Amino acid sequence: MTSAGTVIIGTGLAGFQTAASLRAEGYQESITLIGEESHIPYQRPPLSKGFPLGTQDRESIELRPQKFYQDHKINLLTGERVVAIEPAEHQVCLASGGRIPYDKLVLAVGASNRLLPIPGADLDGVLYLRSLDEAIALKERLARARNVAVIGGGFVGLELAAVASSLGKSVTVVEALPRLMSRVVAPVISEYFGELHASKSVKILCGASVAGIASANGKVSSVILSDGTKHDADLVLVGIGVVPNAALAREAGLSVSNGIAVNEHLQTRDDHIFAIGDCAEHPCTFAHARLRLESVQNAADQAQCVAATIAGKKESYRALPWFWTDQFDIKLQMAGISHGHDRIVTRGNRETGRLSVFYFKENRLIAVDSINRPLDHMLGRKLIAAGAAVTPEQAADETFDLKTLAQKPKST
Amino acid sequence: MPKVIYVSHDGGQLEVDVPVGTTVMAAALKNGIDGIVAECGGVCMCSTCHVFVNEGFFSRLPPATDTEEAVLEIAAIERQPNSRLSCQIKVTEDLEGLIVRMPEKQR
Repeated sequence: MTSAGTVIIGTGLAGFQTAASLRAEGYQESITLIGEESHIPYQRPPLSKGFPLGTQDRESIELRPQKFYQDHKINLLTGERVVAIEPAEHQVCLASGGRIPYDKLVLAVGASNRLLPIPGADLDGVLYLRSLDEAIALKERLARARNVAVIGGGFVGLELAAVASSLGKSVTVVEALPRLMSRVVAPVISEYFGELHASKSVKILCGASVAGIASANGKVSSVILSDGTKHDADLVLVGIGVVPNAALAREAGLSVSNGIAVNEHLQTRDDHIFAIGDCAEHPCTFAHARLRLESVQNAADQAQCVAATIAGKKESYRALPWFWTDQFDIKLQMAGISHGHDRIVTRGNRETGRLSVFYFKENRLIAVDSINRPLDHMLGRKLIAAGAAVTPEQAADETFDLKTLAQKPKST
Repeated sequence: MPKVIYVSHDGGQLEVDVPVGTTVMAAALKNGIDGIVAECGGVCMCSTCHVFVNEGFFSRLPPATDTEEAVLEIAAIERQPNSRLSCQIKVTEDLEGLIVRMPEKQR
């Protein structure tokens, strides 16, 4: 124990998992985990699902109890902000005035909500969701709301729309693009979820942009679309994506593009500094492109990879991306990155409510999206990770057993 | 409160009192049991809370859903006939003394 140890900035899943995995790898040096939020590390996915719905509480979403950090000698600093990184001195500067030296530094600094650039966006009653504090405020406001407008028809917006609707609210979703979740899923999946929401009386407006938010007595009263139509709303929930928190890295002279740029070992151009999770842009072996992904899988697997490298078993990052979203009682499971696909086939069909979409690029399977076909999802993960030769015809043929192509068990 | 006995891969045992309705996974995390990772938070997406359920108890559990069965296919240590995901096992009075063995690795 001679080095200054590892400092991790960010107490989301990526930061937490780095600390936990370092100890699991037998790392003996000091570990300091620093986060701006006052809470101990917690899971973020329930914030747009079980937490506002009331099926999960604060304690149940903690990643580990407080005791875990003492037991594993992880120095957890909550409510503390890093204001600068000094790479030449191998230290970080805290808002409270102190400096902490490091041998290795892991930036797991996450992302911030993209703000709505329209008049009225700063009114009382316009809420964003990223942190537990925001989720607590949202839950409280939601309980009192009658008409909820959700801006953004992506995962977070639609999950919140489902929650609000389940709580008996009248809900309108406004999406600027022509269909729901259009950046990530095929049209048939968008249509499925559009019908699901419509069946629960959620009003979905696609290809609609918000021009402004009107108020009465200082509070939100309606959302005004660019075609002039007005939709009553006493609560506006905004889910229009995030921007990576890259300022600290940029000011420290690190390379930043769509996120903090890292190599296949998740190292920045300073080889003592790593960046992982929502804030990092990494070379994705499956997409053959540099990507910044916002997901549980990406955060946990990148943390594990960096922990192994810091503990002396240098690893390249090559985990398969996977995602999920829960809306009402339907779970959409996604394996791989579908971007750039040139062919789509479906397995199952919408009528039965059991459906998978297989995405191919140059005859290679690159992604699978599944609704009520969990085995397709899990086999999809295995097949894509292994680069297995599956044809579109086999994928579309429900009588063909995909398991025969994925015999070797493999954890992804 | 029903007792659940967690047996680690190397044979170490820990007895935990688990409130009825709590999952075997959640109780493990709360009690500092490192053999359960629970990466996805208990939503049947990741297999890192895989356990082997002691024979006498396996048949008393409600059967696994299709989703759980599918997830068990990607477990880091190959599934056995008595494999379950601990996030899907809710503790009941009937499960007093439940014994779950944890695999060598979860990832």
